[in-house]
Amino acid sequence: MQHPNEHQWTTVIRPRTGWFDIDLKELWRYRDLVLLFTKRNFAILYKQTILGPLWILLNPLITTVLFNVIFGGIAGLPTEGAPSFLFIMAGNTIWSMFAACINNTANTFVVNASTFGKVYFPRLTIPLSQALTAVINFLVQFAMFACFWTFFALNPSGAGQVQLTGWVLYLPILVVQVMVLGLAVGIIVSSLTTKYRDLAIAVTFAVQLWMYATPVVYSTTSLANQPVLQKLVYLNPMTAPVQVFRKAVLGCGQVDPAGLVYSLVCTLVLLAIGVILFSRIEKTFMDTV
Amino acid sequence: MQQTAQPVTKEPVIQVDGVKKQYTLGQIGGGTLTADLQSWWARLRGKEDPNLPLGTDTRLFGRTFMALNGIDLTVYKGEALGIIGRNGAGKSTLLKLLSRITAPSEGEIRIKGRIASMLEVGTGFNQEMTGRENIYMNGAILGMSKAEVDSKLEQIIAFSECADFIDTPVKRYSSGMFVKLAFAVAAHLDSEIMIMDEVLAVGDMKFQEKCLNKMGDVAGQEGRTVLYVSHNMSTIRQLCTRCIVLDKGRVLYDGDVETAIAIYMDTTDVNVVDYDLTDTSRLVPSAGFRLFVERLRFLDKQSSVFAAGEPVRVEIRWRVSHYLDAVNLKLFIHFRDSSPVGITHPITLGSAEPGRVYTTVFTLDTSVLGPGQYFFRLDVFEREISNAICLDMPGQDFAFEITSADRTLPIWLPYWGHIHFPPLVVEDNQHEPLEG
Repeated sequence: MQHPNEHQWTTVIRPRTGWFDIDLKELWRYRDLVLLFTKRNFAILYKQTILGPLWILLNPLITTVLFNVIFGGIAGLPTEGAPSFLFIMAGNTIWSMFAACINNTANTFVVNASTFGKVYFPRLTIPLSQALTAVINFLVQFAMFACFWTFFALNPSGAGQVQLTGWVLYLPILVVQVMVLGLAVGIIVSSLTTKYRDLAIAVTFAVQLWMYATPVVYSTTSLANQPVLQKLVYLNPMTAPVQVFRKAVLGCGQVDPAGLVYSLVCTLVLLAIGVILFSRIEKTFMDTV
Repeated sequence: MQQTAQPVTKEPVIQVDGVKKQYTLGQIGGGTLTADLQSWWARLRGKEDPNLPLGTDTRLFGRTFMALNGIDLTVYKGEALGIIGRNGAGKSTLLKLLSRITAPSEGEIRIKGRIASMLEVGTGFNQEMTGRENIYMNGAILGMSKAEVDSKLEQIIAFSECADFIDTPVKRYSSGMFVKLAFAVAAHLDSEIMIMDEVLAVGDMKFQEKCLNKMGDVAGQEGRTVLYVSHNMSTIRQLCTRCIVLDKGRVLYDGDVETAIAIYMDTTDVNVVDYDLTDTSRLVPSAGFRLFVERLRFLDKQSSVFAAGEPVRVEIRWRVSHYLDAVNLKLFIHFRDSSPVGITHPITLGSAEPGRVYTTVFTLDTSVLGPGQYFFRLDVFEREISNAICLDMPGQDFAFEITSADRTLPIWLPYWGHIHFPPLVVEDNQHEPLEG
């Protein structure tokens, strides 16, 4: 029996053309794969470890204590009236998610080359699952932050005051934005690492440096008499999200709406660049890796 | 075209139009950003590139070859299409394009339905996860939703014969169990098209038979389409309803299975004794870059036909772009149907430096080969064989024929294999009278 839909092809494979070649409908069909990859990320990370998932909490806790001793204690950086420990933990919590998004997606093509060489699935599922993993880690760390926050709120001391502000309602959007920003930078780097492997090594270091260009351990007000540094910090699209996060949960510091808009625009632009680069690389990178 | 052999009422599910795929030999770019910038700056000033070893012959760079050179093909619903051809003929490249692992350089492929491709068994399996978790993972990678895997889970586990170990991490599995599980997942996919690349080369005989039957069912009864690549002509005969022969990136024949196999067997050519390898594709991506074999010829012969025991004398000409410590050489010997016969013991040709042309003459002892048509492939490599790095492996089969002569037996039956061992050595042959 002749089918009337003789020419309804489901897939057309052509040479690499066009700028935007990501099939979003297809990506949605593979959503179960994204979730499985996310599950796998956790499974691999904590198999055959003593403390297992406890590392999700230990890592930021130790970092916060360390930063608190160095920057709050020894250097005595001002914290805009909030307890130094919470001030640094808040900055570190939101920053860690961003850093994890970049670091874990930067190696997408190189690490998965053997799988990519044998079977097709939308390549974007891998970085998406890494970003999702970072968000889940963030939520767990945020819960820990909430515990410390409650402790400081119930035991007010000379160390400083904490209070929630209306910006709390904006937090879900903020988390998504930071995730997308990290993902965008990550996939740009991952596309470039197919040609230049040393970028993969450089990226971990660059992310560390980037943290110091972001008000994670210090506040932007302490830069008031450093106009050049201040300009640099405000050019950083992560500055506004960290400020907003602190404003929301600690009630300290200022939120600059223009900075937030700038950060959002940066996120969208970087995402567009990332997706374009990624879609161009994913089709033929097997020939170059 | 030969495709008219197919009834026109059939529904096409894969349409390949003028597809070409070009590869560039040698590595392009230094791999690091600074190295690339350095090279670019040096070239700009007309200086020697600091990232190339001294005396590198840059003529070896950027050589391109067509892995596929204009493929037209229509595959119809419910067909089991066999794809055969020598190594380097483009079979794997065609499958890679169809499974969307890489994009064609030219042309267009249209596909109706989902494709499940198994270019390697157990792709995406994670060693740390259990068999059950890996079924979900593998299913999802091949495009199944969780609900679909759920509905097929029992069948998959039963088919894999791994029910007792399904909740054990697969790193504890034997390789046989691993293969069975992986095949079970792919075979139970609801995809309209299945692509298989010699996956049946592994696993025990009984399971291979089971897989072949399953694939036959998939194509015959379930109305799905199977594309199957193999060097094993008996599985092609058993499974396929139609067969294409690829040669040098083109479709040499398209049609009935027996004719295809006959044509494939005949592509060995014993009348060629001199091979120019400068434009031949390479079987390994890194091959032909640091060392390049330009030419191979059979010496003292008008055709490469040898009597059993007659030495095969071969000359190769090669040059290098880098200084090499130890250049080693071995041959892969194959029967004309591509089934492997064996390898020669590796020999070392010593060190080599750029700026010279090397000519090596070697002799292959054929006294153990039974009569028939064979071919060998050249493998030039460095380091010892356990961690050898290929220097060059031309995608050319060098055919030769061993004929029956006085020294060998008057007949040679096909099922005897290809090795003619030397006569047994009788050590002791006494006799004594029977007792009682």
